[in-house]
Amino acid sequence: MSSLSTLTPLTVKEPSPLRSRMRGGARYAPTLATLGLFIAMFAVGAGMYPSFLSGQVFLNLFIDNTFLIVLAVGMTFVILTGGIDLSVGAVVALSMMVSATLLQQGWNPAAVIFLVLVIGAGLGLLMGLIIQYFDIQPFIVTLAGMFLARGLCYVISLDSIPVTDGFFTSVAQAQIPLPGDLFVSPGVLLALGIVAAAFFILHHTRFGRTVYAIGGNEHSAMLMGLPVTRTKILVYALSGLCSAVAGVLFSFYSLSGYSLAAQGMELDAIAAVVIGGTLLTGGTGYVLGSVVGVLVLGIVQTFIAYDGTLSSWWTKIVIGGLLLVFILLQRLFARKTA
Amino acid sequence: MTNRLAWPVIALAALVLLNQVFRPDFLSLRMQDGHLYGSIIDIMRNGAPTILIALGMTLVIATRGIDLSVGAVVAIAGAASCAYIAASPEPASPVTAGMAVLIAVLAGLLLGVWNGFLVSTVGVQPIIATLVLMTAGRGIAQLITGGQIVSVSNDHYKSIGAGYLFTLPISILITAAVFVLAAVLTRRTALGTLIEAVGINPVASRLAGLRSRNIIWIVYVFSAVCAALAGLMISSNVTAADANNAGLYIEMDAILAVVIGGTSLAGGRYTLAGTVVGAFIIQTLTTTVYTLGIPPEVTLVFKALVVITVCLLQAPKARNLLRSLKAAPQPGTKEKVAI
Amino acid sequence: MNEIVPVVEMTDIAIGFPGVKALDGVNFRLFQGEVHALMGENGAGKSTLIKALTGVYTIDSGTITVLGEHQQFQTPAASQAAGISTVYQEVNLCPNLTVEENVLLGREPRRRGSIDWKSVRSRTREVLAELHLNHVDPGSLLSSHSIAVQQLIAIARSVEINAKVLILDEPTSSLDADEVRQLFRVIRDLRDRGVAILFVSHFLEQVYEISDRMTVLRNGKLVGEYLTRDLSRMGLISKMIGKEMEALAELDQAPARTRARTGSEVTPFVEARGLGRKGSVSKVDLAIYPGEVVGLAGLLGAGRTEIARLFFGADRADEGTIRVKGVSQKIRSPRTAIDKRIGFCSEDRKEEGLIGDLSVRDNLMLAMQASKGWARRIPRRVQDELVAEYIATLDIRPANPDALIRNLSGGNQQKVLLARWLITSPELLILDEPTRGIDIGAKTQIQKLVNKLATEGMSILFISSELEEVLRLSDRVAVIKDREMVAEIKNDDVSVEDVMTVIAGGSQ
Repeated sequence: MSSLSTLTPLTVKEPSPLRSRMRGGARYAPTLATLGLFIAMFAVGAGMYPSFLSGQVFLNLFIDNTFLIVLAVGMTFVILTGGIDLSVGAVVALSMMVSATLLQQGWNPAAVIFLVLVIGAGLGLLMGLIIQYFDIQPFIVTLAGMFLARGLCYVISLDSIPVTDGFFTSVAQAQIPLPGDLFVSPGVLLALGIVAAAFFILHHTRFGRTVYAIGGNEHSAMLMGLPVTRTKILVYALSGLCSAVAGVLFSFYSLSGYSLAAQGMELDAIAAVVIGGTLLTGGTGYVLGSVVGVLVLGIVQTFIAYDGTLSSWWTKIVIGGLLLVFILLQRLFARKTA
Repeated sequence: MTNRLAWPVIALAALVLLNQVFRPDFLSLRMQDGHLYGSIIDIMRNGAPTILIALGMTLVIATRGIDLSVGAVVAIAGAASCAYIAASPEPASPVTAGMAVLIAVLAGLLLGVWNGFLVSTVGVQPIIATLVLMTAGRGIAQLITGGQIVSVSNDHYKSIGAGYLFTLPISILITAAVFVLAAVLTRRTALGTLIEAVGINPVASRLAGLRSRNIIWIVYVFSAVCAALAGLMISSNVTAADANNAGLYIEMDAILAVVIGGTSLAGGRYTLAGTVVGAFIIQTLTTTVYTLGIPPEVTLVFKALVVITVCLLQAPKARNLLRSLKAAPQPGTKEKVAI
Repeated sequence: MNEIVPVVEMTDIAIGFPGVKALDGVNFRLFQGEVHALMGENGAGKSTLIKALTGVYTIDSGTITVLGEHQQFQTPAASQAAGISTVYQEVNLCPNLTVEENVLLGREPRRRGSIDWKSVRSRTREVLAELHLNHVDPGSLLSSHSIAVQQLIAIARSVEINAKVLILDEPTSSLDADEVRQLFRVIRDLRDRGVAILFVSHFLEQVYEISDRMTVLRNGKLVGEYLTRDLSRMGLISKMIGKEMEALAELDQAPARTRARTGSEVTPFVEARGLGRKGSVSKVDLAIYPGEVVGLAGLLGAGRTEIARLFFGADRADEGTIRVKGVSQKIRSPRTAIDKRIGFCSEDRKEEGLIGDLSVRDNLMLAMQASKGWARRIPRRVQDELVAEYIATLDIRPANPDALIRNLSGGNQQKVLLARWLITSPELLILDEPTRGIDIGAKTQIQKLVNKLATEGMSILFISSELEEVLRLSDRVAVIKDREMVAEIKNDDVSVEDVMTVIAGGSQ
């Protein structure tokens, strides 16, 4: 047996370095595919409509979708852990209603925004606690949460409440100039700031790594000593917080509170996240991908608007089709690496 | 089985009682022009589409799946049938109405085959697979109606949702017929038992020689056809197809009805009767809100609270909590994880 | 082994679950710088002992001392913090993360609040180098590496944590010979550096190759602690399996069954040549003749169930052929096997056999109903007759066809599952541990049934960890060891010792 110690280092049968790196980079593939799709769509648009190829058209994608971007960020966290949050659209509407009502009564805008954030995060935390401790499926709990939030909207008011507060109106109309005669809205900066924060959390904090670990193999994560329960609860609080922020952004955008607003927005958020390359089973995906997913949804809308003849319902069909394509790609991808 | 049905039935009875207390004529029926009228009849008629869809949803959930696309199927079915009637040379004839019904059912069939294909053959997770149709479906419906609300005037068609037969509303009769059909189909053949086997233990089922593909396909087709029939009811009730609003959120109501009725979202044993009770509870909730004089805006909040309560009561942990545990943790119970 | 004070000392450990005592007064010592093997058959208590040490279970009584300090671990995190690290058979890492992310997960070095990925990279490289894994790219996805390498990465994580105790639970189940050699080199390096290593494996030869000492458990009790070089293979096996002389002697008095006809003039019902599957078993040559009982003997984990699953199509073979009645077949699914008149009673009743929430009747009829398809339901009347017949024949209690199967005792559940297959009139019935965990009465009944079926012409592949049982029933015994079929013995007055000798490999 002693001869073993004189063995030359065994080469384990590993794939060649190039293939290793490619496999390692393979996890970026779905997101890169989405990015490629976006660029392709933009190119097609530019080819079809001369005025398409403008920086402002690109920036408008952000300006018109700040709230969806933030929603998609929150949804990414939840889906990464293998869960889902159906309440986000309703919480957006609730945030808008609360803001509009309180602003109308003369509250200080800063206080209003703060309160709205607390409500959103609190609702999310409550849902997370119920999901974790009573072991009820996220689908049902967040569905009930959606009903609750939407119901509270109706209770507050069935009519639309205009927002006339000075701060809100000035933010809504503000334009931040960029070189080249372009501009963005302050909302875009806020949304991008949140994206940056989410990126940092997911890739540079232990909390973020735990989120990925839970989605990859929750049992392993627990055996490795990670704080699984705490993290799973917090992602719902985070999603609720993002929903509230999105509600504030939507208030800037629409300057009103309407209880029927943001209906179906949760589906848009989920679609953006899936198209952006995040697997609904959890563990794989990037916030930047979700942002690109939102841009893809936005560009579909832009196409429809530019065409003028195509009706808005084509948006839904195209989005459904895109979803299908990406789901099939994900299935193929899963089979290849299995 | 009787145990699981107990809670929902009690809840329903309580609701009915509540209504009766506040409105003494709640349970009363009256006959007029050979038709039966009353609050109970209203509940049944308004709830018929939800019950139908919930029946289909029950079997899908029993196989550990879910069908989010039913609302979209409702819209498509209504759009297809109304568009056909509007475009036909004899828009008011019974033949046209009959063809419209056929078209709607066919649409449901095709969409069900599509869903079933994705889940059973391609192997996509049910929630994602049906999400595709849920997203694209309303767009397809709007494509069919050309973005308009398509109104038709065909008395035969209208009778599906609004008509009466043998003193009862036709929609209730259709729903009852489907319920009986489903019950007979699943219990007279081996379908019900095999559905439950697949949902309870897919591994053991496979080792016993069960090929689950066909079974999974069947339940998705059934779910879509139920949704198509519900779509017929909804659109015929208003003799119009509204691609945007027809069946909005009905999938959520259906899923809730199934869960409240006692079938677990995790699949396995199912109860069609429980689902019917659950759907009645949801429908009665809306009425109760009105009876109690609660402003209608509060309906949704009320609904949410009731749903959460029922789900909590069904959750094993909550039941343990209510029975108050022993203090000492058992060895060998699930790995304890600190927060 | 140069320290007198053990790194881990477990004294008088007892853990009980409702109805069973998993561990009863077990003592265990682990020293620095040794490789210590924990041996025992299924149900002996090995995994329970490890779970007690790693904080997955809490002990009912006894003490655990780690590095001189009393410990009462409540969570896996706590035991890790005390310096104990475990690498499981399923490699409990996160496949969606990279190598470096896995190695430092939960303990990433931070600089001003954010993870310092540079340090993560360099630290990972260091630790991989220590394990001779220099060629592994820390930035690569864990899932892009073979199981063997993933396991080494899991060990790298333990090294990084500076674990004093490394528990390796069945580390070599999915490895080939080269990979095992590399793993063992790493283990020896770690041992020489003073790490205490607890090694659990069913591969006898490997245990003898790598371990310094062994502890043997049986039925939740400690049999003994030995120096590997002082314990012969025969000695080990007999301590693990034990000599439980049970009241099964009556079967020895049963009239001898006429041995089935075998040989070249008779076509075997099923014949496997070179059958194998990567990561499972290899090179299995086995023929089973009509009316014959072939027993698969071997230690737990040797590969007997894997062979059975290949015959049944539960797993797909990568290599080799199967012939049924002389005709080559591709058995790729249970459905196909059942159509070829093969039945399979799994060893894992709960996960692979019972449909818990359904009745006895539904469970019993399941395979037959599945054969007929969903549309043609077996008429209730016919079902009732068949079910009543089998309940009577097999003495299933309670004799209520509508009882939920999960409420029956283990023995009765097993009988229902047996009936499920008997009803399909198979020509080959594969029984995997059919008498495990059931009472003596039911055990005897099942063994008598096997005899009867063989006499009536059925082929039976019989798997059991109890060698007496295998010898009592089999016409021939195939000995499986370390995932290969090593011998085939005709059961002419063969004794348990003879079989154990073959398993032990003949060397003392």
